[in-house]
Amino acid sequence: MTTHFFGDTAVLTGRSLRHVTRSLDTIITTAITPIAMMLLFVYVLGGAINTGTDSYVTYLLPGILIITVASGIAYTAYRLFLDLASGIFDRFHSMPIARSSVLWAHVITSLVANLISIVVVVLVGLLMGFRSSAGVLGWLAVGGILVLFTLALTWLAVIPGLTATSVDGASAFAYPLIFLPFISSAFVPTQTMPGPVRWFAENQPVTSIVNAIRDLFAGTPVGADLWIALAWCVAILVVAYLVAMAAYRRKLA
Amino acid sequence: MTSTPVAAPAITVRGLEKSYGKVEVLKGVDFDVARGSIFALLGSNGAGKTTVVKILATLLKSDAGSAGVNGFDVARQAADVRQSISLTGQFAAVDEILTGRENLVLVARLRHLRNPGTIADDLLERFGLTEAATRKVSTYSGGMRRRLDIAMSLIGNPPVIFLDEPTTGLDPQARLEVWQAVRELAAAGTTVLLTTQYLDEAEQLANRIAILHDGRIIVDGTLAELKQLLPPAKVEYVEKQPTLEDVFLALVGQDT
Repeated sequence: MTTHFFGDTAVLTGRSLRHVTRSLDTIITTAITPIAMMLLFVYVLGGAINTGTDSYVTYLLPGILIITVASGIAYTAYRLFLDLASGIFDRFHSMPIARSSVLWAHVITSLVANLISIVVVVLVGLLMGFRSSAGVLGWLAVGGILVLFTLALTWLAVIPGLTATSVDGASAFAYPLIFLPFISSAFVPTQTMPGPVRWFAENQPVTSIVNAIRDLFAGTPVGADLWIALAWCVAILVVAYLVAMAAYRRKLA
Repeated sequence: MTSTPVAAPAITVRGLEKSYGKVEVLKGVDFDVARGSIFALLGSNGAGKTTVVKILATLLKSDAGSAGVNGFDVARQAADVRQSISLTGQFAAVDEILTGRENLVLVARLRHLRNPGTIADDLLERFGLTEAATRKVSTYSGGMRRRLDIAMSLIGNPPVIFLDEPTTGLDPQARLEVWQAVRELAAAGTTVLLTTQYLDEAEQLANRIAILHDGRIIVDGTLAELKQLLPPAKVEYVEKQPTLEDVFLALVGQDT
């Protein structure tokens, strides 16, 4: 509709990226929690976990990356909620700008912030002995899945960001998402789990995403998991986007 | 249509209605604001003042009625309305994490103006914020925030400015600073619609005052006209006591 979409989005993204870089605690907590979990599982619990692989950190890293994104998007909801609460969201919307830029700036900021955390976590993983035999294409494929996954969860985070009535409510929705990898193949193979739990673990999105990333890192052929993972990501993205846009339109009705 | 055939009013509101669920907030609001004047919308908390402002600023859609700002219809020509206005919301809508100067540059960029840096520096000086320019806004006092907020609203010289309860929560000194800024705006030809719950604020600033009560405008006129609604003034002898505000300002050492 307006010709300023890209310029306005760039200006507003620059603004919210400053929020990220100026509150170092958010960067640290988004990367530190998954790193601490990785340390705990590799050096404390890992010895007792039999995954049928040589290196537990190599087995574990894909799941840790999922947890990194799941905890990172809580800040996306938080930043959006604060913009609404402070009235600056209204200020932007009463200005002659491309209105959709306001949400997209938050989405792009979320992507950038989460990708930075992912890189940090991968680097720590490498220090801890994570090894991948993936080629450039494999790494690109992993990057692609993670970007898609982050985008899907980011739009999911937009919903509480727009509708929450308190700061706590805005970020609390991330807890179940952080918990989901525990009931998946992220930490232990699903074969050891009792029937119903195993059924749940094998049919929830995290398992297929983690398996696909694990296979790509290992350089082994990726089976149906890749397509199931992509389908989950796209489905979550589409549904979350539609619900988020409906919530957005209700704000301005 | 209105009493001023020369220039069309800057704001026209006709039969505006708005409900939130079953709660009818506005039940048919009508008023006009003349170009270059200060118009005060007075009402108690929850009277619907903010709802009126939000509809005029294209942030909410009315259920019925029409509203025009600077000659544009708020529902059908929202983009033109946004080009003509600035909104200063109920709470200083400034970015706490950015510095004062960055806030101004941000707004200048979003209004697609050239030389955002120069615009920011000019406004910082005009509002006495030059020394605080590079500090994070979270370190500002309430009055400084409000001044920055109003300065942000002036960028691009919009002909119509909405100030929603501009002095709520400010100390007396900051209040006087804001009043001064509003007077200067109107002197420069900007139309100002302000909402307030402080009667003296309307009395001090406004050319016209409308009282919004129970979803309707119950009175609309100049201060003199409103005063005529009550029995004529009687002459009484009252000992002139300084008000607490006089005392406070004298002690703090800041005269108007």
